[in-house]
Amino acid sequence: MDSRTQLTSSPFPVAETVCPVLKNDWVNDLYKHLIVEAPHGAAHSEPGQFFHLLCPTIGDKAPFYRRPMSIYRIDKAQGRLEFLYKIVGTGTATLAQLEAGETLNILGPLGRRFDFAKRARHIVQVARGVGLATLAPVAEAAGKLGIRTTAVLSARTPRHLMSVEYLRSMNAEVITVTDSEGTSDVAAVERIVRRLIEKEGGDFLVTCGSNRLLQLVQRLGREYGIAGEVALEQHMGCGNGMCFACVREFHAPEGGITYRRVCWEGPVFDIQEAVSW
Amino acid sequence: MVDMRVRIGSIELKNPVMPGSGTMGEGLAHVMDLNRIGAIVTKTITPDKREGCPPPRMVEYRDGSLMAIGIPCKGPDYYIDEILPHYREYGTPVVCSVSAPSVEAFGNLAAKLSVPGVSVIEANISCPNLEEDGRAFGMDAEASARVIRRLKEMTDRPVWAKLTPNITDIAAVAQAVEAAGADAITCANAMLGMAVDVESFQPALGNITGGMTGPCMRPVILRMAWQVARAVKIPIIGSGGMASANDALEYLMVGCSAVQIGTVNFIHPTAMLDVIEGIEAFCRRKGIARVSELTGAMRSRKEYREQQAA
Ligand SMILES: Cc1cc2nc3c(=O)[nH]c(=O)nc-3n(C[C@H](O)[C@H](O)[C@H](O)COP(=O)(O)OP(=O)(O)OC[C@H]3O[C@@H](n4cnc5c(N)ncnc54)[C@H](O)[C@@H]3O)c2cc1C
Ligand SMILES: Cc1cc2nc3c(=O)[nH]c(=O)nc-3n(C[C@H](O)[C@H](O)[C@H](O)COP(=O)(O)O)c2cc1C
Repeated sequence: MDSRTQLTSSPFPVAETVCPVLKNDWVNDLYKHLIVEAPHGAAHSEPGQFFHLLCPTIGDKAPFYRRPMSIYRIDKAQGRLEFLYKIVGTGTATLAQLEAGETLNILGPLGRRFDFAKRARHIVQVARGVGLATLAPVAEAAGKLGIRTTAVLSARTPRHLMSVEYLRSMNAEVITVTDSEGTSDVAAVERIVRRLIEKEGGDFLVTCGSNRLLQLVQRLGREYGIAGEVALEQHMGCGNGMCFACVREFHAPEGGITYRRVCWEGPVFDIQEAVSW
Repeated sequence: MVDMRVRIGSIELKNPVMPGSGTMGEGLAHVMDLNRIGAIVTKTITPDKREGCPPPRMVEYRDGSLMAIGIPCKGPDYYIDEILPHYREYGTPVVCSVSAPSVEAFGNLAAKLSVPGVSVIEANISCPNLEEDGRAFGMDAEASARVIRRLKEMTDRPVWAKLTPNITDIAAVAQAVEAAGADAITCANAMLGMAVDVESFQPALGNITGGMTGPCMRPVILRMAWQVARAVKIPIIGSGGMASANDALEYLMVGCSAVQIGTVNFIHPTAMLDVIEGIEAFCRRKGIARVSELTGAMRSRKEYREQQAA
């Protein structure tokens, strides 16, 4: 499909584009940081949305479908998109082999963004693992609207807290907790979030990357009567609402359980409608 | 200029390329202009509301995937009020795929969905027939024919019969639906398969079995399209494993008048446009004026040799 190597732009908001890789470097032993030149994507992206990446086929590693990755940073000025990803299997392993100067075929932006603009004055982020990537652009976008952000970042070790500098540069307050320092148990995070709500005016909760933290944030959201959103993951086919492969269970507003597509109705969902796993 | 129009019974399509049912959606309109494809084929509608199969719904392979989606559906009223309006604005005919658990219900559903904006009814007869112990209608020539006869009584729209490949003698079913009045045949739906997650000793799919689709299926379904083409006179729409113009040309040459692109839309949402452009370029290169001349244009190896010698 040679015609596709020419794809750089599109009159449509969602597009398949072929992007030069500017950087694809390790940030620690598990994660890589990918930067691509993507003027179309950067122009149309919003925090919480994702791109569906066509990970290359290398040897016997042939990922058939694309792999969804949250946008870690949207650089509209330079027309760049950044991703932060963990190598877990076939697709991320071949993605990790891309080098600066090569190209990557991306499809997006896809999915529903975080919706805090009219609802928040002080966003409290609670992120772990992949969630660090997903929630990072919230701080930048919120800052532009004069909304304050405090990010509670959880990781195995301090080395795995990847977005601290970036978030601080966006004027977010950052609180870190780690397993290795013994500070990341749910009770400890609960004390921090309660303080942010009670003493600092935290009025909107966003979370991603941990089931236990989702349950915590759901419980606190209910108790204090504050809204929030969660970004969820599921194995995806098309990423564009068409195949219905990436459904998860949700509490239906009329009661009972319903399936929703993570790629189309999400990946950002109301915190109370999400079913923890 | 290549004339890309094709005729499927009483309707004319601006080109022979359309999506397979269940492999396009509203999301496609965010990526491309739906005016450019030959037809819009909507996901199968059932009379009842369905949530679909429990996840996991997908297993992927090197060149295809196994999916058990289970036709989630919000019912015919939702289709008419919420789905169809998205597609009416395009100058592209809408093919409405239907499925039901009984012959009677098939007919009533098609009648209900024969509303302005729906040009064709495609009968997805791969679904279980509740009157026959859940055996798919499409696995039985007589049951398939009964569905088509009923649909022809209940709607004035052309009826396309979409056959299942999960059968030994597909030509027999093709002949039965032709005799029952089908205006065209779509060949074919997904092949049944399954997978086991050996680490956890569980079926890999929530539904245990699923439909295998994608490029790996092309040789098998292409063979079926060829068998159907030799057995019937009505137009055939190929559906199975096409990823490129070349793949679509194979289907046209074995006797199809049009093609449906399915799984590949999930990876390259504008794949249909590449297929259209590629077919047109092929016709130009070969000096073919009308794409319809490609239908059944495959010749025997002997015939080819003789022509070369002459
Ligand atoms: C909207 C969205 C945004 C995402 N953002 C990021 C991100 O910013 N950074 C990041 O590192 N990852 C992110 N992910 C997860 C990422 O898509 C998967 O890790 C990736 O698809 C795995 O591909 P693979 O081929 O390497 O693994 P595979 O070989 O496909 O799978 C390896 C293992 O991981 C499991 N697995 C694969 N995908 C998922 C999934 N989506 N959910 C649960 N289990 C899975 C498989 O079952 C298998 O056990 C996101 C996922 C979604 C849905
Ligand atoms: C996720 C998925 C959903 C599908 N849904 C339907 C459906 O609702 N009705 C139907 O008749 N066929 C359905 N199909 C079958 C396709 O229309 C097509 O016939 C089949 O996938 C073979 O073509 P392909 O190999 O190009 O995908 C579905 C296929 C897939 C992969």
